[in-house]
Amino acid sequence: MNTAEIQGIVAKHQGHPGEVLSILEDLQSRFSYLPEEALRFVAEKTGRPLRDLYGVATFYKMFSFRPRGKHLVSVCLGTACHVRRATLVAEEFEQKLAVKPGETTPDKQITLETVNCVGACALGPIVVVDGHYFPNVKRTTVQKILERTRNEGPRDDPNKDPRIFPVEVRCPRCNHTLMDPENPLEGHPSVRVTISFGANHGCLRLSSLYGSFTIACDFETPPDAVVHFFCPYCHAELLGATSCMECAAPMVPMVIEGGGIVQICSRYGCKGHLLDL
Amino acid sequence: MVSFKLNGQRVSAESGATVLETARFYGVPIPTLCEMEGLTPFGGCRLCIVEVGEGEAAKLVTACTAPAQEGLRVRTASKRVIASRRMIVELLLASCPQSKVVQDLAAAMGVHQQRFRQEHEDCLLCGRCVRMCKEQMMSGAIGFQGRGGDRRISTPFDAKSDVCRRCGGCIYVCPACQLRCTFNDPERAVCGGCANLSPPCVGHGQFDDMQCYMDPCAACRIAGA
Repeated sequence: MNTAEIQGIVAKHQGHPGEVLSILEDLQSRFSYLPEEALRFVAEKTGRPLRDLYGVATFYKMFSFRPRGKHLVSVCLGTACHVRRATLVAEEFEQKLAVKPGETTPDKQITLETVNCVGACALGPIVVVDGHYFPNVKRTTVQKILERTRNEGPRDDPNKDPRIFPVEVRCPRCNHTLMDPENPLEGHPSVRVTISFGANHGCLRLSSLYGSFTIACDFETPPDAVVHFFCPYCHAELLGATSCMECAAPMVPMVIEGGGIVQICSRYGCKGHLLDL
Repeated sequence: MVSFKLNGQRVSAESGATVLETARFYGVPIPTLCEMEGLTPFGGCRLCIVEVGEGEAAKLVTACTAPAQEGLRVRTASKRVIASRRMIVELLLASCPQSKVVQDLAAAMGVHQQRFRQEHEDCLLCGRCVRMCKEQMMSGAIGFQGRGGDRRISTPFDAKSDVCRRCGGCIYVCPACQLRCTFNDPERAVCGGCANLSPPCVGHGQFDDMQCYMDPCAACRIAGA
């Protein structure tokens, strides 16, 4: 148990409203579960009763008190998936992996869990593996999903990670494409927009890989500055009605080719984004 | 002071008072279960629901948590309130049929049978013990855990608590096992429910004694269980 590490996580969030959830989330992502000693340590440092921390940690399904495996398989048992026999899919996973929901295979590779809705009801029965969505899963496709999961390599390379995929976007006002094939970023055409910050105006290129946050900019922007985004063709400001869930800055909407809207946070350095297909 | 209408009658209440307190002051009966003097209102059992507002906009709210406000129109015994309350008590009865407190509430409302499968739960999740521990005993050894159907009350990690002083306050206020702990002769109890009641502690496996969150047991020895 690395006390200094937990101390660091606590210090990072202490004093903020909603610190408990942030601390627990960081602990969960660091250790892949919430160790008892860590929780007791957090209770001591934040002065919050352990029963409250434990109550929060048991309320949310994303927290676990047992170490999780390398891959997380979530079978949706929400209403829409349930009526399409998601229970059979869950049973199939249980048989193939020989574990019950909430348990991890003895080789520490795969953790199976059931969730109540992943918000993609039209694609049900749906299974989410490490953030990748498998739609219309049947008993017969379970084996394929498991094979693919087991064979997956490390997730460092954006071109191999199935969660990172290229998108093509258009201006929501004039519908002109924002793609710039002449100046590719990470091997894909970049998204070109105009930004303004204070007296500065310039061009900003964003990687079109969803999940990658690589950008190229004409001028230096201080971190945490909120910048205004404009369409380089109709010069309308790209401004949505929503604000970022991470930092409350306005979100910048862009229409995805083929339907849907992607929204990115207008704060420089913030990775807040929203995908609505 | 604020004034509002309670069952058509104009009543006045201290600002900051709840609808339930005002109704009690004027002698209007409202059944309660999770409410307890000295503990903060919880609004968990839903038994004290009253109808607030007029016509289609009328809403059912819990009287114990609804603050008394100027111009409210409250009905404590409308058809809708009575029907909802009977349903709630029926559900409570199904989950905890052995509880004398729930039995009495049901009888007072004329609910003599219930249509649902009896669950024989040990806990109504009224939260009395949690608030008692935290607010009156200044301890906070137990709390709510999980959610939905998995919601339960226990100590963190189901382990023996460091902060529990074994005061027995949690058991004393429990409506599900009150009879067992306050009546020292179970044989002569009205319903006999205590005789086959399994206490909440046993299910956790951590405590062999007949005691919820305390180890060793004190109150149950008195009850002779």
